[in-house]
Amino acid sequence: MNESLGKPIDRVDGRLKVTGGATYAAEYKIKNLAYGAPVLSTITKGRVKNIDIQQAEKMPGVIGVMTSENCMMLHTPSGSDPGSGKFAEKDLLPLQNDRVLYGGQYIAVVVAETAEQAEQAAATIKVTYDEQKPVVGFEANFSTAYQPGSGLGGAKTQEKRGDADAAMQSAAFTTDETYTTPVYSHNAMEPHATIAEWNGDKLTVYDATQSVMGVQGLLSNILGIPKENTQVYALYIGGGFGSKGFTWANTLLAPMAAKQFNRPVKIELKRQQVFSAAGRRTQTQQKIGLGAGVDGKLTSIKHDTISETSFVDEFVETAGVATSMIYSSPNVEVKHSLVRLNRGTPCPMRAPGESVGMYALEVAMDEMANKLKMDPVQFRITNHSDMDEQKKKQFSSKYLKECYQRGAEAIGWSNRSAEPGMTKQGNLLVGYGVATATYPANRSASSAKATLFADGHAEILCGTQDIGTGTYTVMTQVAADAFGLPVDQVKVKLGDSSYPKGAQSGGSQVSASVGPPIRAAALGAVSKVVKMAIADEKSPLYGKKEEDIVVNSGRIQFKDHSNTSESFTDVLRRKGLDKVEAQAKTNVSTRQQQDAAPAPDGSPEAKIEAESKTNAAVQADEKTDRKDYVFHSFGAQFAKVLVDPDLGTIRVEKIASVMDIGTVMNLKTATNQIMGGILFGMGMALMEETKYDPNNGRIVTRDLAQYLVPVHADIPEIDVQFIEKPDPFISPIGARGIGEIGVTGMAAAIANAIYNATGKRVRDLPITPDKLIA
Amino acid sequence: MEEKDKENNGSSGGTTRRQFLGQVGLAGAGLQLAPLLAKATGILPDNEALPIEPITVNIMINGSQKTLTIDTRVTLLDALREKLMMTGTKKGCDHGQCGACTVLVDGRRINSCLHLAAMCEGSEVTTIEGLAKGDDLHPMQAAFLKHDGFQCGYCTPGQICSAVGLVKEGRAKTDAEIRELMSGNICRCGAYQNILAAIKEVQNA
Ligand code: FES
Ligand code: FES
Repeated sequence: MNESLGKPIDRVDGRLKVTGGATYAAEYKIKNLAYGAPVLSTITKGRVKNIDIQQAEKMPGVIGVMTSENCMMLHTPSGSDPGSGKFAEKDLLPLQNDRVLYGGQYIAVVVAETAEQAEQAAATIKVTYDEQKPVVGFEANFSTAYQPGSGLGGAKTQEKRGDADAAMQSAAFTTDETYTTPVYSHNAMEPHATIAEWNGDKLTVYDATQSVMGVQGLLSNILGIPKENTQVYALYIGGGFGSKGFTWANTLLAPMAAKQFNRPVKIELKRQQVFSAAGRRTQTQQKIGLGAGVDGKLTSIKHDTISETSFVDEFVETAGVATSMIYSSPNVEVKHSLVRLNRGTPCPMRAPGESVGMYALEVAMDEMANKLKMDPVQFRITNHSDMDEQKKKQFSSKYLKECYQRGAEAIGWSNRSAEPGMTKQGNLLVGYGVATATYPANRSASSAKATLFADGHAEILCGTQDIGTGTYTVMTQVAADAFGLPVDQVKVKLGDSSYPKGAQSGGSQVSASVGPPIRAAALGAVSKVVKMAIADEKSPLYGKKEEDIVVNSGRIQFKDHSNTSESFTDVLRRKGLDKVEAQAKTNVSTRQQQDAAPAPDGSPEAKIEAESKTNAAVQADEKTDRKDYVFHSFGAQFAKVLVDPDLGTIRVEKIASVMDIGTVMNLKTATNQIMGGILFGMGMALMEETKYDPNNGRIVTRDLAQYLVPVHADIPEIDVQFIEKPDPFISPIGARGIGEIGVTGMAAAIANAIYNATGKRVRDLPITPDKLIA
Repeated sequence: MEEKDKENNGSSGGTTRRQFLGQVGLAGAGLQLAPLLAKATGILPDNEALPIEPITVNIMINGSQKTLTIDTRVTLLDALREKLMMTGTKKGCDHGQCGACTVLVDGRRINSCLHLAAMCEGSEVTTIEGLAKGDDLHPMQAAFLKHDGFQCGYCTPGQICSAVGLVKEGRAKTDAEIRELMSGNICRCGAYQNILAAIKEVQNA
């Protein structure tokens, strides 16, 4: 048997990436390509009175200037097409009217022969505005807060069990504190970019996106062209972290300009433009109240979050989404409310909800442990939830207690002094902190196509994409095992909207969603070959039963008789076939706890669904009874920090992170994913912050010199460990996604370590030296 | 109300950009940089048309001689990516703040977004595409692959070129020194620990 799954193989796309051969959205060689330079609003609210493009139009190389006065009309996305992605700002399709609702909003696009010409012409465009007083300032607008609808994936924004207020009043110990987090910006290293090319009424788009299928659906919807005429590619993506999950205006402006000027057009955002026009994490204020008895058992949890959204769409950061399931407590109340500001719309950013929510909750847990004079690890174990008490369902699998125990050992928890400020290393204060990590294990309907070629190699096509997470690699491993081939004989192709529909790269769902149909399609192709062999008199396997045939290194054989066998190649050649194909779709969704609706009759997907009815692997997978379970990953985050008592500078010395994520598909890529999440959490805790001018509401930290992200010199020693127990219910592979859990709890572990070092509790992120010595 | 971005307009007192450029002799080198930058700093009126004459530069790129006739405003990074279609070198910020565009010029690692192509006359430039010898990866490329020193791969060409430059400089002896001297190369995916392992392996080989 070929068992490649779980092996730490090198990334299959690694060679291309280390040689500069991987092609990202802005890098396609397109004949006759023109360059688009956006002009962004310099006011935060008002109307465009006039755009003077005369000077620009005369500049050398300028092909034209696209504004609201001359551009094509767009269709409002219907929202009824389940195949389409999410346009980030549904009430602000670009250039459709004269309204300005945030600073850095698209006003025009100059298209020229070269990027330099476009940019210089863009700089000459004079925009006059009717400026209005913008709504700026988060806290200043709390009086306008309203209760939103549901969050991402239908997440509830208001939840309640028992009577949290009454329980709080009778609790022996209580804490009630307010935690604030700033706006964060994803800053994937690849800025958003789109190339669009029309060929008659057919459109080809190269886009930096986390969802080729979503972009295809949206473009077809908004531009009013059939899906079949809309081809989207994203073979390599330079990180996304949520910023490329929703679709932003650049993806529309490039095809609009390409149509208008009859030239292929590239729009590549500048780093500064990415800050205002391509998403961010919302600002939050979270009040957390905890009540506990003298035994250390929680009796009440209250989590009340205010966040902000724009005037052009509603995005709720569901900070309290994990609060009702993470600890055992008879009384819980979770609330979310929103204020609207003249800012660009926020969007998911690595672990939307849990990232900021588990920061606040886990610092509150630390505060309560201190009040109780209980060890913070023990306090968490005391309040461990054996089931989701809100949904009243079992966890599909959960080894959180083991995570605490292994993490405590790895960080040296026994060296921690319960009394803050007591441990020194030289003149530096030493502190240790812990926090719980969790993120839902999402899985959604996905499909794939498998082809076995007569020359012995195989191929998988799936309309998902690899944003750096390792999807190409782990899916090659999944497919290789199912085909019974070595990994170097299997080619996985992604990032192409003409392939069978795969999941979007968001919500940590890709591995769990596309792994099963890829496996099933590969098994389906093998089964077709086996059936041919056992029905073929010339085969040594003639007359055998399919269930008695095993696959090994490109050969099919009778049970353990390796002599009674033949290769895929032999079977196919005898039949005069150069390949055999199979498609599979698994209709499983863990998020809504219900299966996705079937595809419309006659669609390519309906064909895949029909074939899947006879695919044994799909049938077994879909019949697994999941309705009594909830699916979550868990983990324990530990931090050791050193703080200079005079300067307030903070050095994270070590992180230990133990994760229960089901099957580890590839130790190398999995470890890397968790490390990435950890560094996102560290940036969140200590340095990252998108600041707005308090007067005009424009972003002032618009580049990587002012918006600080962790650099190499900041990095601590990082110890990532996995429990490595397969999830028995999520899929036959047993793997849950890991893109986001690494960030959850990390900021709290660091904040708690800083408190343990200094005795000072800063409840406003990021924890910068000025706040620490204030 | 006229709205133009005026953020870059502060050039009062001391040496102006124009004088500075004159002093360092760039303006005298036939590059029409000075008026361009002067315009960007608001010294020239907005509407003054700028004569942008293309110039010809000869650059040795990965061992092959290239003659480019280009707009003087083109950075080395854009010359590589947009004119020569050598897209291995990446653009992350265009401002010298991320390191994605790192290449080796005459053996030194530099940010190619801060370098005008016109300044590279007679230089030898090595990019990520020039490190491997045929199918044989450069040891630094092989080490990045083995240690998984990347995820999305977008910062990777810059990291690798920077690491090659670093090893050649011979300044970094400890982990802390490697980390410090690699801090101009941001990896938002967070593969730093693996990058460190890769660099150490090559350095100790
Ligand atoms: S692109 Fe040159 S340093 Fe960022
Ligand atoms: S690998 Fe993605 S930024 Fe470094």
